[in-house]
Amino acid sequence: MKTIYKRPESFTDAVTSYCGGCGHGIVNKLMAELLDEMGLREKTILVWPIGCSVYADKYFKADAICALHGRAPALATGIKRSLPDRFVLVYQGDGDMVSEGMSEIMHAAVRGENFSVVFINNAIYGMTGGQMAPTTLWGQTTSTSPYGREKSSSGYPVNMAEIMAQMPGVCYSERVTVNSPQRIAATKKALKKAFSYQFEEKGLSFVEVLSPCPTGWSQKPVKALEWLEQKMIPIFPLGVFKDMKEGEGK
Amino acid sequence: MGEKVFMQGNAAMAESAIRADCKFFFGYPITPSSEVPEYYARAAKERPEENIVFVQGETEVAVFNMIAGTAATGKRVMTATSGPGFSLGQEAMSFMSAAGLPAVVVEVMRSGPADGEILAAQGDYFQAVKGGGHGDYRVLVLAPYSIQEMCELMQECFDLAEKYRNPVILLTDSLLAKMREAVELPGRKTSRVDQRDWTLTGCAGREHHVLTTCGDGAAQWEAFNLNLQEKYAKIKANEVRWQSYQVEDADIVLVAYGSMARVAEGAMKMAREEGLKVGLIRPISLWPFPEKAFQGLAGKKFLVTELSAGQMVEDVKLSVDRKEDVRFFGRLGGVVPSPKDILAEIRKLEVK
Ligand SMILES: Cc1ncc(C[n+]2csc(CCOP(=O)(O)OP(=O)(O)O)c2C)c(N)n1
Ligand code: SF4
Ligand SMILES: [Mg+2]
Repeated sequence: MKTIYKRPESFTDAVTSYCGGCGHGIVNKLMAELLDEMGLREKTILVWPIGCSVYADKYFKADAICALHGRAPALATGIKRSLPDRFVLVYQGDGDMVSEGMSEIMHAAVRGENFSVVFINNAIYGMTGGQMAPTTLWGQTTSTSPYGREKSSSGYPVNMAEIMAQMPGVCYSERVTVNSPQRIAATKKALKKAFSYQFEEKGLSFVEVLSPCPTGWSQKPVKALEWLEQKMIPIFPLGVFKDMKEGEGK
Repeated sequence: MGEKVFMQGNAAMAESAIRADCKFFFGYPITPSSEVPEYYARAAKERPEENIVFVQGETEVAVFNMIAGTAATGKRVMTATSGPGFSLGQEAMSFMSAAGLPAVVVEVMRSGPADGEILAAQGDYFQAVKGGGHGDYRVLVLAPYSIQEMCELMQECFDLAEKYRNPVILLTDSLLAKMREAVELPGRKTSRVDQRDWTLTGCAGREHHVLTTCGDGAAQWEAFNLNLQEKYAKIKANEVRWQSYQVEDADIVLVAYGSMARVAEGAMKMAREEGLKVGLIRPISLWPFPEKAFQGLAGKKFLVTELSAGQMVEDVKLSVDRKEDVRFFGRLGGVVPSPKDILAEIRKLEVK
């Protein structure tokens, strides 16, 4: 019999604590597959954030540390400067990165730190019960924007992939999503590229993933995929914003 | 022992740290500690054979997390800062103590609160000794009173950090850190603890290692906490340091640490010349606090002197038999009293 699919070797047997229909689980699986396929597991140090992926260190058979809220890029700086030939992978949510840790991610980019960053944008604070994030859309109701996010008091959604593309220390920046099998395949391609750039020592490589959070959005999983398509993508367009190797992207 | 040189406190600390095999420095400039990062920045360029890494971080918040990252890989690492910067690092201090990360932090106190004044002070005692961060954690705090002792304790900080897998603070102040003194620089120290059973280096040829401080239910998290408490109990049992001077026959015992201990020592000598029976207890480890130094001293009066409104005095009161026997004298804002000022306080006690 031919094996068509098997659990990635880089995964442990742990069952994840993600909700049904959550994007985190999909992206974690792609990461595990790539650690296998690229032969990276034994030289990897994963840096996890505070957010719904807080227990992800239990899912991977790789060295890992769980950072303080927002500080993963600073922690990773200390790790990568010490071990420049290891594969250092930072994973952050939108509350973690764009709110609490905006300074740390921006300055990791300013310094051109040579690690890869996976950014899970679900337009909400999933873990803490669905509060407003800097990436929350106008009109989107959350527990701290109960009548919808208003420009007058809470300003504008933040487009990280575009911002990172402006930074000279960033070598690669792409926004992808996981709301269809094709898009999941494209996400894997983007991650693979970002990971491989780390070994060319060109600077920080960045992949933003628009990710469904049915629980935080109070939607059924299928409805969440539609909402992501119709509401999120117009504000957070997909695409490559920077690719130092293949021209500057769009 | 190495060569005798005339050196500023901050520079002497940096050189001693490098000689203790601390090749990683992350920092953010703040007076009166900036000569430490400056020394490392130069050394990183001028001594390429030593593979020194210096990074100026964007904030102390970031810097304290950077040193946590390097410590997680098993390399010796440190930062140096002063009051406001140290405040920003507190969340990471709690994190490093819980995660078992052996980083070293130099705190050169200046006069607070808030922006304050860059002059000498000891108002960060609470912040360092009681833990300015969240949760039940403890951090070793060592306080030198000469540049020679500063160099030796600087090196010892790294050994202690590794031994207990806990951050260690070298607590000093702008007077000592900015002063120049003749010192015999300690030689290269290599008494390192093998940390390979927990560090993050990639899991080639072994099981993977995980460092996390995220609780998983009350039972797990209480067990985790009890483990930490065991670590702190060991430190408390083993790492108490102080020096006592002429306390046996003393009626009045001065208590002072760091630069204030130099002033108190001067006052003690003047008092002895006048025939007053005065001694001195100089705590060197501030946590764990040398409670033992106060045993068997019932009946004596204690005069605690600090460059603060009275912080260490609380620990002294907890260590003596009768807290009514403890008096306090302190100056604020960067004012340093002279030995004469302290002598005047001693006389007031004598009169009563
Ligand atoms: C200093 C600090 N502030 C606040 C929190 C509480 N907190 C934990 S996770 C989180 C938000 C997580 O949201 P996000 O990064 O978007 O992750 P998600 O759960 O959506 O994946 C917050 C505010 C914390 N742990 N630490
Ligand atoms: S709350 Fe949202 S982000 Fe968190 S696990 Fe559930 S679906 Fe995923
Ligand atoms: Mg989120």
